Amino acid sequence: MCLAIPVRIASIDGDEAETEIAGVRRRVSIALTPQAKVGDYVLLHTGYAIGVVDEAEAMETLKLLEEIAAVSEVHR
Amino acid sequence: MKFIDEYQDNKLAESLAYRIANHCSHKIRLMEFCGGHTHAIMRHGIRQLVPETIEMRSGPGCPVCVTATTDLDKAIALAHLPGTIIATFGDIMRVPGSYSSLRQAKADGADIRIVYSTMDAMEIAKANANKSVVFVGIGFETTAPTIAASIIKARREGIENFYVLSLLKLTPPVMKALLDLGEVKLDGIIGPGHVSVIIGSGPYEFISNDYRVACVISGFEPLDILLCIDKLVQQIEAGQPRVEIAYSRGVRPEGNLKALELMGDVFETDGANWRGIGIIPQSGLKIKKEYEHFDADKTFHVSLEPARESKGCRCGDILRGVATPHECKLFGRGCTPERPIGPCMVSSEGACAAYYRYGASYD
Repeated sequence: MCLAIPVRIASIDGDEAETEIAGVRRRVSIALTPQAKVGDYVLLHTGYAIGVVDEAEAMETLKLLEEIAAVSEVHR
Repeated sequence: MKFIDEYQDNKLAESLAYRIANHCSHKIRLMEFCGGHTHAIMRHGIRQLVPETIEMRSGPGCPVCVTATTDLDKAIALAHLPGTIIATFGDIMRVPGSYSSLRQAKADGADIRIVYSTMDAMEIAKANANKSVVFVGIGFETTAPTIAASIIKARREGIENFYVLSLLKLTPPVMKALLDLGEVKLDGIIGPGHVSVIIGSGPYEFISNDYRVACVISGFEPLDILLCIDKLVQQIEAGQPRVEIAYSRGVRPEGNLKALELMGDVFETDGANWRGIGIIPQSGLKIKKEYEHFDADKTFHVSLEPARESKGCRCGDILRGVATPHECKLFGRGCTPERPIGPCMVSSEGACAAYYRYGASYD
């Protein structure tokens, strides 16, 4: 029930937004994420954006994972 | 899909698993709080990826599963009131109450509609002005602000026939209750990712401060969970448990302040009844007096027979992490997703459903 998926905001109309994921479009409420902008990815849960995905943090995590992989390769 | 596919890479997963196995020097026990994590762990075979020294237990993080039978009986009784439409998320439909289920009630003629969102429930209310629409509000902090937003919107738009039966529950109090019970000794907790999007990491500080248990908040893709386990192992090995976020693209330490504000406007904490645990003080959310017009509990009165639990079902033990699904005599014999006896086998987040679907050969 706490499932949430990242969807991209295509357009905003008041406290609602048109979002898109893998070609599927859906109108969602952004009442909980008033800071969300067109082009942002938001975490969608039961029709509401509950948070804005932090792209910089996402990149940081991927970089960390790559570094771990590189170190593991060296030691194996 | 962006922010999903990148976190499913096999090669990176192997490296992380290798690192975890190298660093974990002794037997440890971790609990994944969230039912979404239970399913991801089973689905992606993470138990086989981590060394045997890491024992994993499922926790109480399945909102449908922890809903007490008596609360379910209340929802079913409301469904039978004349002029009432029940709107609910699908998971709860097949959970057996004491004498019936919402699905049975629907078969018996009650008007029960599965919705994806509270917004759908409000549309039903607008389209059926002569009826009362009761949304069965089951969920944790992830869902609570969406329900708060809907109640605020219903008041703003004058949707007077929309009501919420709040069975919402809070995660930090149940974690504290489990740690206080002390039935299962834990070294680390995989913290719930989407609950934490709302509440942040602060409310978990007591876990490491007061109980010396590590807590790392995780996302839901396989690399997220492995990264979380890696961080837990490092903390445990160093003997320095703390609260850490391994899902920083979604979770900020302070949480979602707007969502918390709306939750605070509409709800106040109250004792809540958890299946398998009982009443935990301040672990539930009830609707504040200012919004009591929308409170189904205040508006409708139903008389209930004493609740009856299914005989032999060990959902309660499984939710406390005391037993695994395989230790229940009914698991796979009499209790299956097609014919569930307990809620842990019904919900898409229930531990029994996950073990049955992905893990027939485990344990």
